[in-house]
Amino acid sequence: MSKHHTPPSGVSVWLGLKDNVFTQQKTVRFGDASAVNSGRFYSILTVVILLSAWGIASALGMLESFYWPSVNATLARMGKLLSEGFRNVAFWDHIGISVFRVLGGVLLGALVGIPLGLAMGLSSIARGLFDPIVEFMRPIPPLALIPLIILWFGIDETAKIFLLFLASLFIMTIAARSGVNSVKITKVHAAYSLGASRTQILFHVILPNALPEIFTGLRTAMGVCWGTVVAAELVAADKGVGSMIMIAKNFLQTDTVVIGIIVIGLIGYTIELGMRYLERLLIPWQGKG
Amino acid sequence: MSGIVADNISMVFTLPNGDQVHALNNVNLNVKDGEIISVLGPSGCGKTTLLNIIAGFLRPTSGKIIRENVEVTGPGSDRGMVFQQGALFEWMTVEKNIAFGPKMAGRPAAETKRKVDELLQIVGLQDFGKKPVYQLSGGMQQRVALARCLANDPEVILMDEPLGALDALTREKMQSLVLKLWKETRKTIILITHSVEEALFLGERLIVMAPRPGRILREYELPFADRGLVESPRQIKASHEFVETREEILSLIWGMEEEIMGNDQELEPA
Repeated sequence: MSKHHTPPSGVSVWLGLKDNVFTQQKTVRFGDASAVNSGRFYSILTVVILLSAWGIASALGMLESFYWPSVNATLARMGKLLSEGFRNVAFWDHIGISVFRVLGGVLLGALVGIPLGLAMGLSSIARGLFDPIVEFMRPIPPLALIPLIILWFGIDETAKIFLLFLASLFIMTIAARSGVNSVKITKVHAAYSLGASRTQILFHVILPNALPEIFTGLRTAMGVCWGTVVAAELVAADKGVGSMIMIAKNFLQTDTVVIGIIVIGLIGYTIELGMRYLERLLIPWQGKG
Repeated sequence: MSGIVADNISMVFTLPNGDQVHALNNVNLNVKDGEIISVLGPSGCGKTTLLNIIAGFLRPTSGKIIRENVEVTGPGSDRGMVFQQGALFEWMTVEKNIAFGPKMAGRPAAETKRKVDELLQIVGLQDFGKKPVYQLSGGMQQRVALARCLANDPEVILMDEPLGALDALTREKMQSLVLKLWKETRKTIILITHSVEEALFLGERLIVMAPRPGRILREYELPFADRGLVESPRQIKASHEFVETREEILSLIWGMEEEIMGNDQELEPA
């Protein structure tokens, strides 16, 4: 082999324009998922193209503000939302209340769902009692429960948090149950041989062993609840990001609607990144048993 | 005394389709106090089932395990267990794994810490106490497993192919460690293995089991474990006596395997 490779520079690898040295040494790349690089350059390209298209269309006056706002109008609206808020509620309060509902719902769902799931994994009576409920509720989209919940609780905070509680409850129950099922029997045997009692095995072996799956459940629950809260606010609420875009629609404020949608996407993404970070931090042994 | 007696153990598993598998048939075994014995046999001979019954994880179909004149009815901290792999608690550090037994028993923290430090020295992991176990190599993990078992000071140690997943070199080192621990603690040790060499090297007594139904086929009294305390392992394994016994047992096991699998030469055209 007389051909000399110069190692690709860090920037071009980061951008995905060049493969790293290890991948370059692979002769089989098609079909090897680990040989497909991030393609970050093209991601940036996508965003730039979309934004420029919007900018150019705005500058040329091609946009009908009823359907899609111009860049300037959107920025102006954003400034106004930040300074004056929307319908007498500060912009950040709309976001804050939505996030608060999600956190509250997921927390309550976890507090009930985790013990329930553990019980279902450990006792045939608990499994038998709750299995029909869990399996029946699992395929029902939380949004289908909104009418019933409005009848029960009206449209105040309790209603929303209860809805999100239900949305996360079954996710958390199933996660904790499968966490128990994934415990290797040798670990339990080892603990018994070391003299541990049942309670000690529950708290020192089964629970930590189930943590990775419980955390995956939490992540899923956060995602589902974020989607659910926005949808629930679309139906009935006077505060929250969902209600903001619904009310804005009624006033034909398309710019506010678009800003709301972008904010919803960004927050959902931030929640997912935050949860992944926490997962690495709290459960470093994940996948290493 | 802290020996262990298997009194006419039979184990029959009934499969979902109603078929019955005789995993063990009338197994009698008397392990003396402080003895190290190895149990060898082809897969399916019921050696792991026997160990699980002694550990108290399984109730035999008939017969019983007796320790200190009391029948074994479940697992207990008097019988420590070392598994092949994956039985460590990967969410704990090395130290916390080793301290698990004493901590569960509510021993004073200072006493436990002293014991853990001492055991880390013995298994050669003094610099790794604070590491999470998943960062350790397979051989080091099995050292932790041994130390965790010893921390509880069990009277009997049951080993279920503890070195089976290790590479050949690590395995030889670990065999010497097991002998050293046996010498220093004089625990009663029952070791299951599928390595003839390991069984010969570590067992004062070697039990060869046969399948269908699982039963004890032969017993050997062996000098190598005692010699291993003074001579080098390489020397012993190369000795005439060791090689001869190894060949004898190998042909015994080959015979059993051929009975089950058929003769390879018959299958392949010449």
